[in-house]
Amino acid sequence: MGKTSLHVLKGLDLEVKEGEFIAIMGASGSGKSTLLNILGLLDIHDDGSYYLNDQLIENLNEKKAAVLRNRFLGFIFQSFNLISYKNALENVALPLYYQGMKRSERNKKALFYLEKVGLKDRAYHLPNELSGGEKQRVAVARAIVSNPKVILADEPTGALDSKTSEGVMKLLRQINEEGMTLIVITHEEDIANMSDRIIRLKDGIIVSDKKVIKRKIKK
Amino acid sequence: MFKFIFDIDTWQEIFEGIRKNMLRTAITIFGVMWGVLLLVSLLGVARGIENNFEKLFGDFATNSVFVWAQSTGKPFKGFQTGRPIRLKQSDVAAIKNNVKGLEFVVPRNQSQSKIVRGLKNVDVGVYGDYPILDKVEKKNLIYGRFINENDIDERKKVCVIDEDTYKQLFEIDEFPIGTYIKINSINYKVIGVYKKINMGGGPQGGIHIPFSTFQQVYNQGNNIGWLTITGRPDYEIEQIEADVKLLLKNLHEVHPEDERAFGSFNLGEAFKKFTGFLKGIQFLTWFVGIATLIAGIFAIGNILLITVKERTQEIGIRRALGATPREIKQQIVLESVFLTSIAGALGIILGGFILFLIDHSSAVTGEDAWLSNPTVNIPIVLISVLLLIALGTLIGLIPAHIATSIKPIDALRDE
Repeated sequence: MGKTSLHVLKGLDLEVKEGEFIAIMGASGSGKSTLLNILGLLDIHDDGSYYLNDQLIENLNEKKAAVLRNRFLGFIFQSFNLISYKNALENVALPLYYQGMKRSERNKKALFYLEKVGLKDRAYHLPNELSGGEKQRVAVARAIVSNPKVILADEPTGALDSKTSEGVMKLLRQINEEGMTLIVITHEEDIANMSDRIIRLKDGIIVSDKKVIKRKIKK
Repeated sequence: MFKFIFDIDTWQEIFEGIRKNMLRTAITIFGVMWGVLLLVSLLGVARGIENNFEKLFGDFATNSVFVWAQSTGKPFKGFQTGRPIRLKQSDVAAIKNNVKGLEFVVPRNQSQSKIVRGLKNVDVGVYGDYPILDKVEKKNLIYGRFINENDIDERKKVCVIDEDTYKQLFEIDEFPIGTYIKINSINYKVIGVYKKINMGGGPQGGIHIPFSTFQQVYNQGNNIGWLTITGRPDYEIEQIEADVKLLLKNLHEVHPEDERAFGSFNLGEAFKKFTGFLKGIQFLTWFVGIATLIAGIFAIGNILLITVKERTQEIGIRRALGATPREIKQQIVLESVFLTSIAGALGIILGGFILFLIDHSSAVTGEDAWLSNPTVNIPIVLISVLLLIALGTLIGLIPAHIATSIKPIDALRDE
């Protein structure tokens, strides 16, 4: 943070196709979060070029970035990042609010997506009344509610136990199968193995990029 | 922007933010309300002091001068130093004819006398007066009336007494009009009771009897004790004072540069000193008021700063979800303007209530009231509150600007 820039990524070449499910792995400090934040337009890259949906991302002002994030990107964070004083439904509906959608319409849509993640009956609960897994599913619903091109998940299961993790991953898998591109950061092998392609980073460069052979976990 | 303000979603978003952050909201409202309340009370009390001065002087013609005769200080036209001089009734007409800018010239006479009613007695000043005195120093009558022309013409033995004398001679709530009191063993009928005013120049209080009666009873002939002269508002009372004295010196054959022969007291000058004091109070009020405003502005700014700081992460989340910096700033500004407006209104209402309490306290109604009708100028208060809100919000925008100009990921990481 601050004014001094730190070069974390040392030059990498990565293409993500539409509909892919990618896991990014690496030790802490390897640059995986930075990569994800740049892809999510939450951070700025100072060199190289980034195409999002065939659109070159450069000289982006915050207003344009906000619109792009709203239209094309959905975020899932390790710490959920739900707004604590809004209930599940309001949290899910928030991206739609910034799209300028009418209240009744966005609540309807938010409820639909909450149902999709299996939390329709928890719609009017505040985040602190929900379990960790439930919170993350609310966050997933929020990420997909605006029907983005890409879902970016930074250690989505990092704060969850293995059983809950599996539930969340199944959900992500399902979303991917519906056509959304997913990029997930994780340091757990079994989580990464649920994706299509694993990219390993070390000290800011890609050390391996492998397709996952084992496919289709049973539902 | 209009669409934004009148959009129901905007307000729902704001009310949600307010409702779910009650403590912060309460502290914000209290801080601003306190500032406005202080301002309103301060302005009100200052105005009360001002009003009180005006009330004390209000019944008294402030553009007036008292002139009396003493004894000469210089030999002139064969007369020796120390010749005693008396003002005469003919002087009144001469002054009226020769001095410009006069409003009233009121001749008066006074003598200390013993007043007796039944077993009670009191020693007070007795004044011979014309009805016109009521114009120069307004008599606040509790009972009855003041001396009129008829009393003068017929040299009636009637008197108007002050409240203190009334209290000493009469029982509580006893109706005094038509009763008789003895002044130097002569019976006078009481026709009025007046309330004494606290301030002003010249002798105060005592018993007023018709001037003609006084002259006869006290054997004064054409002699006058002193003159109360008032000038018209567009004339300088100092000039009138000088003109009158010069004229009197001529009439009484006194050396033109004799400073001792005629004494005078210029009430206008004395009043100016009080006006200066009043100006000092006004200055102090404005100074403290503006300082209070500045403190309030910084209080709002500070609260907003804390609010925004506390919500930096939330702002980060909102930005990740697609909120533009403009949307975030608008929301912060609208929320703060809304809260501070409510707080300002509460402050005005509570301040008004405090002034209402003061208005009914002994500071206003008591014997030694030092306040009168403490009020505030509504436009001034509204402008102050609007200024408070506008500048406070501008200061609050600084942290909001910072929160929207750092990278979203840094805002998100803020714990």
